[in-house]
Amino acid sequence: MFDWENVSLIVQKEMRDALQNRWFLIFALMFTTLTVGFAWLGVVGARGQGLAGFGRTAATLINLVLLIVPLMALTLGAMSLASEREQGSLAYLMAYPIGHGELLLGKFIGLAAVLCATLATGFGIGALVLAWGGSNGNVRAYAMMVLVAMLLTIGMAAVGILISVFSRRVATAVGASIFTWLLFVFIGDLGVLGTAFVRTLPLRSLFMLTILNPLQVFKLSAIMAVQSNLDVLGPAGLYAMRTYGTHLSFLLVAILTAWTLIPLTLSYTAFKQRDTI
Amino acid sequence: MIHVERLTKRFGALTAVDQVSFEVETGESVALWGANGAGKTTILRCLLGLYHYEGEVRIAGHDIRTQGREARRLLGFVPQELSFHENMRVANTLVFYARLKKASYIPDELLDRLDLRPHLHKQVRELSGGLKQRLALALALIGDPPLLLFDEPTANLDVRARDDFMHLLHDLKAAGKTLVYTSHRLEEIATLADRVLLLESGRLVADATPHRLAETIGHTLLLRVYVAPHQKMQALDVLQAKGFTASVNSHGIKIFIPALQKTTVLETLLRADIEVRDFSLEWALHE
Repeated sequence: MFDWENVSLIVQKEMRDALQNRWFLIFALMFTTLTVGFAWLGVVGARGQGLAGFGRTAATLINLVLLIVPLMALTLGAMSLASEREQGSLAYLMAYPIGHGELLLGKFIGLAAVLCATLATGFGIGALVLAWGGSNGNVRAYAMMVLVAMLLTIGMAAVGILISVFSRRVATAVGASIFTWLLFVFIGDLGVLGTAFVRTLPLRSLFMLTILNPLQVFKLSAIMAVQSNLDVLGPAGLYAMRTYGTHLSFLLVAILTAWTLIPLTLSYTAFKQRDTI
Repeated sequence: MIHVERLTKRFGALTAVDQVSFEVETGESVALWGANGAGKTTILRCLLGLYHYEGEVRIAGHDIRTQGREARRLLGFVPQELSFHENMRVANTLVFYARLKKASYIPDELLDRLDLRPHLHKQVRELSGGLKQRLALALALIGDPPLLLFDEPTANLDVRARDDFMHLLHDLKAAGKTLVYTSHRLEEIATLADRVLLLESGRLVADATPHRLAETIGHTLLLRVYVAPHQKMQALDVLQAKGFTASVNSHGIKIFIPALQKTTVLETLLRADIEVRDFSLEWALHE
């Protein structure tokens, strides 16, 4: 039977560990500084531009999330089990009456919570700066963008934990997480572009290939939240809007959710089937 | 208390534990003994459910594979490498693991007996090796489990801490706990174990009382002597001049001796004005 008290214990421990992890603190500080910095630059540069100013700031923040947040979530997720395994504390912990699923879920929830708190802090201060600068941008759109950024973070943390399950050493886990980040950020895009160029893919296939990448799904969701359409993406955006209409947002959120559930399920299966140490 | 039947553990092509079967009765003290790589620690890890294995392992009737949580609730474990969360305070560490064991409280007498009370506010990383070992024992005893598993419990302790720890283990045995432990040290096996399971290359080659085992495998001992680094070569010369089979390594001097000559080595060194800082005894298995 699943013991939620054990899960809660691990969540608390994971959150405490994260606050003592210098990598997490560096990431959090960097993210918050950049978010607030871009918001302030947006305010200064967009005085008198009203909504256009907000849109530009939002676009900058979307790109910031695309670069930093997956790296933060993947790396910390990948380190979570691997570092305990390397130190030997994982074996000691598993010698207690705790299930594999409880440990894994506790670690995931704890990590997701601190990452989401970091996003909330960064974006929260950023919103205050925008409000202080007199930006009359859409609060709902900003909040939606933050929410999908959190969904992306949670998904990337789940992928990080999947990497962690298979890693015996922290160095391996970090290397694999950085490779995965590169795959999502650069190689995935280049692959889709190259395939489209060489094979002259139809729009439908191009769109399907694009939404396999969780970062692209976040980008589409965030643009939808800020602009209510995907015109800025050209033919593929128009195709998506025309084909899925109002369901597109739900489809994108469902894909981001799947990027959490599938890696977590795989992590649990692999963690249970492998030797703990 | 423990039922192990045809336990086999493979790591790729290597068979670390090969068809090992044994029983441990309630209140018994059983030592797993053998050279490095004999499979002692692997067996303990299988008992804890940390490894997948072939065969059957039951603790108090609970199959480790399907009822691991129930089985682990009945045991306390002290590992060889003390791998706690170093940045946690001692008090928080005790509470964290007590809650995992569903123990409602940590007995005062346990903290006093193990002399942990003055160190509760410290971070685990600040503790000495001996205190960490005591913390590990306190954690193992939380919830008063009937079965205790120890993996080389005194390997990293100095002479005094080792003596203290052995006293604690003797008290636990007297209190009726079932003990299963791995050890290299002759005195720990001879004085604490009711039975010794001798392992070689993953196979169980003997299951006997310590006295009976000594008769079976002979009386050659391996004595390790630790002297000041600048006196190491002098000590080697003195011992070899007396006809002992001795060699040095980075840790100390290894001497193979008949059981009745172990004091002769120490006397020889003391007469040569060589200060013996520490020593340990093992049965010589392969030499």
